[in-house]
Amino acid sequence: MKSEILWMIIGMGLVTYIPRMLPFVLFKGMELPPFIQGVLKNVPYATLGALIFPAIIFIQKDDIWYGIAGAVAAFAAAFLGANVIVVVLGSITVLAVYSFFL
Amino acid sequence: MLADFAIGRESSEFKKGLQAGITIGIGYFPIALTFGLLAKTSGLSIYESVLMSMIVFAGASQYISLSLIAYGTGIFEIVLTTFIVNIRHFLMSTALNEKCEDDHLGNKMLYSFGITDETFSVVATKEGTATTGFMFGVNLLAYSSWVIFTGIGHLIGASLPQTLQESMGVALYAMFIGLLVPSLKKSVKVLFLAALAAIFNSIFTLGGIMAQGWAIVTSTILSAVVIELIEVIKAKHWGVKHEK
Repeated sequence: MKSEILWMIIGMGLVTYIPRMLPFVLFKGMELPPFIQGVLKNVPYATLGALIFPAIIFIQKDDIWYGIAGAVAAFAAAFLGANVIVVVLGSITVLAVYSFFL
Repeated sequence: MLADFAIGRESSEFKKGLQAGITIGIGYFPIALTFGLLAKTSGLSIYESVLMSMIVFAGASQYISLSLIAYGTGIFEIVLTTFIVNIRHFLMSTALNEKCEDDHLGNKMLYSFGITDETFSVVATKEGTATTGFMFGVNLLAYSSWVIFTGIGHLIGASLPQTLQESMGVALYAMFIGLLVPSLKKSVKVLFLAALAAIFNSIFTLGGIMAQGWAIVTSTILSAVVIELIEVIKAKHWGVKHEK
């Protein structure tokens, strides 16, 4: 193994781990102000919105409709109350069929 | 007997975590496989590729490091870029710290290693408190899938048939949607939170205003703060009760 690559991996590992771990140490047993607590409760749903859009539209760079079809399939399945795994496998299937026919 | 009971509960929580992690495992499969393949074509050995997945465990930044290696970028810049791309985990861990059950700091420092966009989403949208067993279960399954399929991708040196590879690219997004929609059906606030963050993120990334790593953090914070402010103002002026 090249030592240069090894150092790079160790460096990448450290700068990735520290932001993941630090909040658990910094805020351990600390009662945050109610407003901050409220904001933190909002974070998951806001994050999901940002993680989904606009990236899902561009899973296929040259065919926007591909991503839109995937998004619609996933939303429809989830809205009908399907389990997360069913949502995932269903969207994969819809897109496999889509690229088979189009 | 009490100890038996506690161990039984821990192991069932761990199992629940593993089950919740299966979707992530499926979603990581094509991405890790491709990462292994690309790492090979970028000149990394199988040990280096698998070691990177074991130590870094962050998809986007690992992909970026490969393209930087191909450009001949120096180590310092690669590490700095990784830091910038992954700084968003700070926000996620801060949110999870409120959600996870109280436990030894050692356990928390251990499972915090496994926090990714995906494991965060699964844990944060779960109802009630997240136990330590659950955290370890979700993270272990996601981590194993990531590491094992990196190795397999490098070994076989080929990706999936193209149609399958492309359609599997939707997996993680579909998972995010599958996690979001149940809460979205129950609360208008969730709809506003997700929509506002999506709008901000689209403006930032499509407008070329900031790199994706920053765009996700900034739009998340903006949306979470704006919606919370509106709630507080509503509560003050009209005495509307704060939503749970």
